[in-house]
Amino acid sequence: MITLTEVLTLSGLLFSIAVAGVFLNRKNVILLLMCIELMLLAVNFNFVAFSRFLGDINGQIFVFFILTVAAAEAAIGLAILVVLFRERRSIDVEDLDSLQG
Amino acid sequence: MNAFSVAAFTSGLNLATPEIFLALAGCAILLLDLLIGDSRRHWTAALSIAALLVTAVLAGGVEVNGPVTALGGMFLVDAMSQALKIVALVIVAVAFVYSVEYMRHRGILKGEYFVLGLFATLGILVLISAASLVTVYLGLELLSLCLYAMVAFDRDSGRSAESAIKYFVLGSLASGTLLYGMSIIYGVTGSLDLGSIAAAVQGGLATNIGLLFGIAFVIVAIGFKFGAVPFHMWIPDVYEGSPTCVTLFVGSAPKIAAFALAMRLLVDGLGGAQVDWGQMLVVLSVLSMAIGNVVAIAQTNLKRMLGYSTISHVGYILLGILAGTSQGYQSAMFYTITYVIVAAGSFGMILLLSRHGFEADRIEDFKGLNARSPWFAGMMAIFMFSLAGLPPFIGFWAKLGVIQAVLGINAVWLAVVAVLFSVVGAYYYLRVVKMMYFDEPVDAARIDGSPLMRAVLSANALLVLLLGIAPGALFVVCAHALP
Repeated sequence: MITLTEVLTLSGLLFSIAVAGVFLNRKNVILLLMCIELMLLAVNFNFVAFSRFLGDINGQIFVFFILTVAAAEAAIGLAILVVLFRERRSIDVEDLDSLQG
Repeated sequence: MNAFSVAAFTSGLNLATPEIFLALAGCAILLLDLLIGDSRRHWTAALSIAALLVTAVLAGGVEVNGPVTALGGMFLVDAMSQALKIVALVIVAVAFVYSVEYMRHRGILKGEYFVLGLFATLGILVLISAASLVTVYLGLELLSLCLYAMVAFDRDSGRSAESAIKYFVLGSLASGTLLYGMSIIYGVTGSLDLGSIAAAVQGGLATNIGLLFGIAFVIVAIGFKFGAVPFHMWIPDVYEGSPTCVTLFVGSAPKIAAFALAMRLLVDGLGGAQVDWGQMLVVLSVLSMAIGNVVAIAQTNLKRMLGYSTISHVGYILLGILAGTSQGYQSAMFYTITYVIVAAGSFGMILLLSRHGFEADRIEDFKGLNARSPWFAGMMAIFMFSLAGLPPFIGFWAKLGVIQAVLGINAVWLAVVAVLFSVVGAYYYLRVVKMMYFDEPVDAARIDGSPLMRAVLSANALLVLLLGIAPGALFVVCAHALP
């Protein structure tokens, strides 16, 4: 039987990998979008685990909402990325430096 | 809430009339916009403004005595939600009035701006009335997703796209953090309902280490959405990079949403753990006041300067919230409302001075404004004096309120820090006034702008002065909202 602690450790690890990915990644913006997706999925894992161990269905319902919003978020992120690529011909994180001060 | 029944869901549906109307109006305007040609696009703007004002009337017409929940306990209407909704709706309508001319000059007068703005406003309303973690999240995301798209709205500007992607990545990171915090709070308290969470926290969970862990994540997210240091990185870039009409939108109504987010989660949900989140907010507040005010001095771009100014004002709003007393909450609400009114006017001035091919977003562009238009130089001076917190303008009462609130909890050092940094802040606001009155104009173009925009902008500035002379009415609204 898997315990709650084990599940929470896994989701905590996934979440940390995602946050580290956002901050350490210097290559390209697509990887950032993947990290954000991973972060939301780690949270979903948390909600499902708590829902299961509390015997309360509401947590799992919340997961459906998060999945839906995550899809909309990915769509908007990719759309902005397309606009950025048309203007700059590059999606490198290091090229995002025209605004400073 | 376990047994779902249609009756429980539909009872109290009338409390959500403003939101339902705004959602339908947004969809209808999206469709109508297809039929309107580019030359008559201002009709979309007029319809959107009308929809916002009708929604404001509907929000004011909902009769409640004390807090009432609806829609299966997910939706809450109380005095605070009504006041904040009306302010948010009117501010968005004013922002739309200011934006039309600017967008026409740049050839970006499109219906999308207004439709996205309407849905963002719907998100603000849902967030203000949230009574469950689900509603908080959905309202916040509806707002944020619309804002990301609005920032990238000027498709041919590389700066706009760059600031949009930065905003998107940091904003999504904040949403993820908020959700992680929410999942921990759900796990510890066993409920998504803010009322039940509050009861569980009061019932002895306040010192639970897991709950503290969750609260820390929630605070990070609230800091991001407010733009408090150290989570402020997106504010200057988004303010400078997006078209000024979008900066105006991002810089005004969403602050009300951020305030509502903080009140709903921290006070309504986690009020029992006030000691813990109060200490975390002290750090954010002091850092925001310090870094916002000091870095703003070095700016030459007015939009960027106002961005750093926002960060410092967020520090003052947080002062009121961290006090944890009803006096503190009232003063924070008062501060938020007055800041939003003044910010809308300041960005409105930039929009007024800009014209085809000229952004008017450098501080030098305001040089000698008094020689060009004494009236509007006076209006800008009112906004700057109010932001600096000088009497008899509204910003003075706002700052006084939050400082009294921290004195009320015997945090004298916080009050001293707040006063010191507001003196630092006065420097860069007064520099703008000095340039307007004592420097020679570098550009002699006539100031145009539609008569409606001029009238609304003047009314906006005079309101700042009038509320500064007679702040009683707004104090009463805030006291009634948060007894």
